[in-house]
Amino acid sequence: MTAQDVRAPETRGAGDGGERAVRRARWARGVRLAVLAAFVVVFLIPVYVLLVTSFKPLTEADPSRAWALPETWTFEPWRVAWEKLAPGIANSVLLAVPGSLISAVLGSMNGYVLSKWRFPGADVVFTLFLFGMFIPYQGVMIPLVQLLVNLNELTGLNGVFYGGIPGLVLAHVVYGIPICTLIFRNYYVTIPDEIIEAARVDGAGMLRTYRSVVLPVSGPAFAVVVIWQFTALWNDFLFAVFLTGPQSWPTTVMLNNIAGAQTVPYSQQMAAALLASIPTMVVYVLLGRFFMRGLMAGALKG
Amino acid sequence: MTRVRRWLPGLLLVAPSIAAIAVFVYGMLGWNFRLAMTDKHDEISEGSFVGLENFIGLWDQQRWHLSVNHAIVFTAVFVGGALVLGWLLAFLMEKGIRGEGTFRAIYLFPMAISFVATGVVWRWLMNSGTGERAVGLNRLLDGLGLEFLQWQWFRDPDWGMAAMAVPAIWQMSGYVMALFLAGFRGVPEELREAARVDGCTEWDVYRRIVLPMLRPVTLSALIILGHISLKAFDLIVAVSGKQIITDVPAVFMWVAVFDSHDPAKGATIAAYIVIAVSVFVIPYLVWSLRKERRS
Repeated sequence: MTAQDVRAPETRGAGDGGERAVRRARWARGVRLAVLAAFVVVFLIPVYVLLVTSFKPLTEADPSRAWALPETWTFEPWRVAWEKLAPGIANSVLLAVPGSLISAVLGSMNGYVLSKWRFPGADVVFTLFLFGMFIPYQGVMIPLVQLLVNLNELTGLNGVFYGGIPGLVLAHVVYGIPICTLIFRNYYVTIPDEIIEAARVDGAGMLRTYRSVVLPVSGPAFAVVVIWQFTALWNDFLFAVFLTGPQSWPTTVMLNNIAGAQTVPYSQQMAAALLASIPTMVVYVLLGRFFMRGLMAGALKG
Repeated sequence: MTRVRRWLPGLLLVAPSIAAIAVFVYGMLGWNFRLAMTDKHDEISEGSFVGLENFIGLWDQQRWHLSVNHAIVFTAVFVGGALVLGWLLAFLMEKGIRGEGTFRAIYLFPMAISFVATGVVWRWLMNSGTGERAVGLNRLLDGLGLEFLQWQWFRDPDWGMAAMAVPAIWQMSGYVMALFLAGFRGVPEELREAARVDGCTEWDVYRRIVLPMLRPVTLSALIILGHISLKAFDLIVAVSGKQIITDVPAVFMWVAVFDSHDPAKGATIAAYIVIAVSVFVIPYLVWSLRKERRS
């Protein structure tokens, strides 16, 4: 007997009662839709402001016109913002592309071993990794700066580790290990052990099994991790502000300098903010599905 | 011997990462705590061990009290606001609604943008000018005939940090929504149906069945929001810079390192942030690992 059968007599008993329930359900759905739509408007207010302001000529920079559409649309703020921000964007590309790729490779190897080629104490190692995901980076920042300064001196490569992109990549890769390992591990757990075992029985070693069995199905996990790390590296401000100098400032630091200067008009600040957000927004729009999975991985383990 | 040969390659492959985490996470945390227990108050001196002197001395500074109070207000408003809003959005979408994908995408997109970029627009929105000089939200309130609601936003001496939490809520509540939505969807439909058959009203079903099953998700959301809140740095710097009126420990630490050039003080503040986060993250990790092992 299904639930439907149980409820049937009741519905039959009160003919227009059922109709009323339907009407009430429709009404409730309408209210829900209206509230959700209202929140969409609230969520998009900052986007409206950014766009509208970024196309305004300086002559329209008046409080009374703050929320109005520009009377004459101009690309001038965008042009100026691009000129100011371009070096930062170049640095961010040099940071985020290699950084996210290295992170993904490391995460994949770690996740594989910790789920399919386990060694004694693998659980403890994994737990200790996880704590690294939650530490406030302020707690390692001063020693990290010191270490990178020492590396500069040791190698004689001035402005490479401390004050350079390579040092920033190093930091992001290392502190990205926990989350990348977690995502890959949780993905690999779903591969049946029998397949791995079969490869083992056939005499395949660890790397061979990885290459021929695990790697070919790793595409989605790579997408999740690369997108996650790309977004994190592109948007990072804390590490950048501690570890880089004027030559290696990424987008976020340059944007903050532009926005922090009282002399820069709002139109240019907002155009710069939009420019700085384009890469991650494009990734979000095109690959949002993978972005979501990365987000969930940070919260729901196992 | 054969058993060792079985797991040794795995250990070797992970060894670089283990070494990196050991040095960069645990080694440096330890290094930071040691530095916090010295009197290295400039960049040249060696610094000798002074025990907990810095940890105690910090509480004599008014700025430290201010920044801790700010962090508490910010955390309370941000965590509470994001939880409630995220839950509400998920609750409204839970039973499926036309255009769900679009709604979700819009609520979540702020997550893809840096706090620095959103800080630019929120600084404009929360501009403290009123009357003729009002821009941003104050101007909007004026236009809506609600000019009595105009206020100083993050420049308000008492509740400025509550205003500062608004952009953070805007940025993170979509994430909380996604978590709760996954939680809602994790409740088996048969369970709800069974309760309805037993004569439960929709409200009862929600209170007795759905709500208890959302507890783990709520806990995860709390932990994530809480640890983001205690480290809050980007957003505050982007909106108001280093102003004391919005000072929090993370910004204070930055000032101690770069402006006061006092490594020991910076390390002490950092240590306090680590302790504050660890107090609830470590039990959470232990709890979730136990849960995983049980299942």
